[in-house]
Amino acid sequence: MLARWFRKVISVVPSMLLLGVLLLAWEGAVRFFQMPSYILPAPSRIAYVLISERALLWRDTLVTLEEVGLGILLALVVGISLAFLIFHSPVLERVLYPLIVASQTIPVFAIAPLLIVWFGYGLLSKVIMATLIVFFPIVVNTVDGLRSVDEDVVNLLRILKASRWQILWKVRIPGALPFIFSGIKIAVAVSAIGAVIGEWVGSQAGLGFLMIHANAQLRVDLIFAAIVYLSAMAIGLFAFASFVEWLALPWRRAAR
Amino acid sequence: MKIAVRNIVKSFPHNGANLRVLDGVTLYAREGEFVTILGPSGCGKSTLFNIIAGLLSPDAGEIWIDGNPVPDGRGHVAYMQQKDLLLPWRTVLENAILGLEVQGIPREEARVRARDLLARVGLQGFERAYPSQLSGGMRQRVALVRTVLTGKEILLLDEPFGALDAMTRMVLQQYILRMWEEFRRTVLFVTHDIEEAVLLSDRIYVLSSRPAHVKEEVAVDLPRPRQVTDPSFVALKGRILALIQDEIKEAFAHAREMV
Ligand SMILES: Nc1ncnc2c1ncn2[C@@H]1O[C@H](COP(=O)(O)OP(=O)(O)OP(=O)(O)O)[C@@H](O)[C@H]1O
Ligand SMILES: [Mg+2]
Repeated sequence: MLARWFRKVISVVPSMLLLGVLLLAWEGAVRFFQMPSYILPAPSRIAYVLISERALLWRDTLVTLEEVGLGILLALVVGISLAFLIFHSPVLERVLYPLIVASQTIPVFAIAPLLIVWFGYGLLSKVIMATLIVFFPIVVNTVDGLRSVDEDVVNLLRILKASRWQILWKVRIPGALPFIFSGIKIAVAVSAIGAVIGEWVGSQAGLGFLMIHANAQLRVDLIFAAIVYLSAMAIGLFAFASFVEWLALPWRRAAR
Repeated sequence: MKIAVRNIVKSFPHNGANLRVLDGVTLYAREGEFVTILGPSGCGKSTLFNIIAGLLSPDAGEIWIDGNPVPDGRGHVAYMQQKDLLLPWRTVLENAILGLEVQGIPREEARVRARDLLARVGLQGFERAYPSQLSGGMRQRVALVRTVLTGKEILLLDEPFGALDAMTRMVLQQYILRMWEEFRRTVLFVTHDIEEAVLLSDRIYVLSSRPAHVKEEVAVDLPRPRQVTDPSFVALKGRILALIQDEIKEAFAHAREMV
């Protein structure tokens, strides 16, 4: 266990080194060319702002996190329900699947202003935006997961006169879970996009709001700091999803 | 008579024509009897089992269980296939009780029964392992326990040891005999292996090549436990081998005619 953990840490060393080198080059270039901080702040400057403005950053992070978290939950409910409908009814599949795919070709940017008009400047419009971004990978993966189950296993239960519910609970859902988790992990990684775009278009709080605000004041260092918080949040969500997956799928970690 | 199939006919559409697979198969098994079906690959043995289990419907023919005609054997039979079909997310113990669970037996009771049977096939200590952690032979043993534990009176075993090496097979043959002698279920067993058939069965049906019908019925009147080196055992094996070689020759001749 410890050895594996150690190996994981070792495995990220090269990318950390590369990141360090890039940051050093950045720092060196900014100092060498005496770049003004309202165009490109040095990493050291950003690091300073990360700490000095932490109260502000943290407050807005919580706002965005709430939007994203609720968006993901809503997407899970909607996405998994849609997936079940699509899986169980060929008619619904033919009706729903094309619409769901088509919905993904509409850029969120385009509908963000509409959602603000319909659902206001507050939480709801951002939650819906995040949901729109993340429900697609969840639907697609859940449908694939439900289909991935070996029909011979399903038949085995049919021969024993198992009910549809039993087949669903004992075979289909457990079989689909790894796929659902893959969908959730993709969703979580992109979830912030929707919320932030919503905040850009119209809001009173959140990391996107902070960025717009900082931009108006030429506080480029603060924008960078907000980006750092945003990606830290996404990484944290991803880690959390991976942890839940680890808990929920003990058979996956049973080493041979 | 526990189970009988009469004049089962089944064709599949194939390249625009109809491929007849079962051509009036008739066979039966008495209560507690171990009956083996031997036949060339592709002759329709699995198709026959799928029909008995209710996964396919026959074009013609009847299935009788306990003296009554039934649409299919669903609810009466447990079916074990060549693939073990274990659920990867369930432990050995949870896999073993699947059939009992479906029937609404309380989990605790099911677990007690499963533990006992698992121990009897040498799987004590592996109850909490996942299928991915087991060898092929161990997985088949779990599948066997699951099949027996369903409590169904008729077991359909379709080449359950087909994918295993000779040594593991020998061990599993002993386990299956022990289970059968203890529980006295009616067994319909498919195999390619003549020695396995003679070792285990009360009676053997030799099927023709496709389209399959029963070519010959062979009673195995050897005392148990049987010895594969016993002269009468060897003689019977030879006789069945000759039957099958005939069948293969005919199939080849037939194939040449078709060309
Ligand atoms: N669902 C199906 N649709 C079309 N053809 C099928 C289907 N199931 C089986 N067949 C055909 O029926 C024939 C018999 O298949 P089956 O699996 O019953 O043979 P088998 O005797 O079990 O062979 P083996 O010993 O190799 O397992 C094969 O030619 C196969 O292609
Ligand atoms: Mg077969």
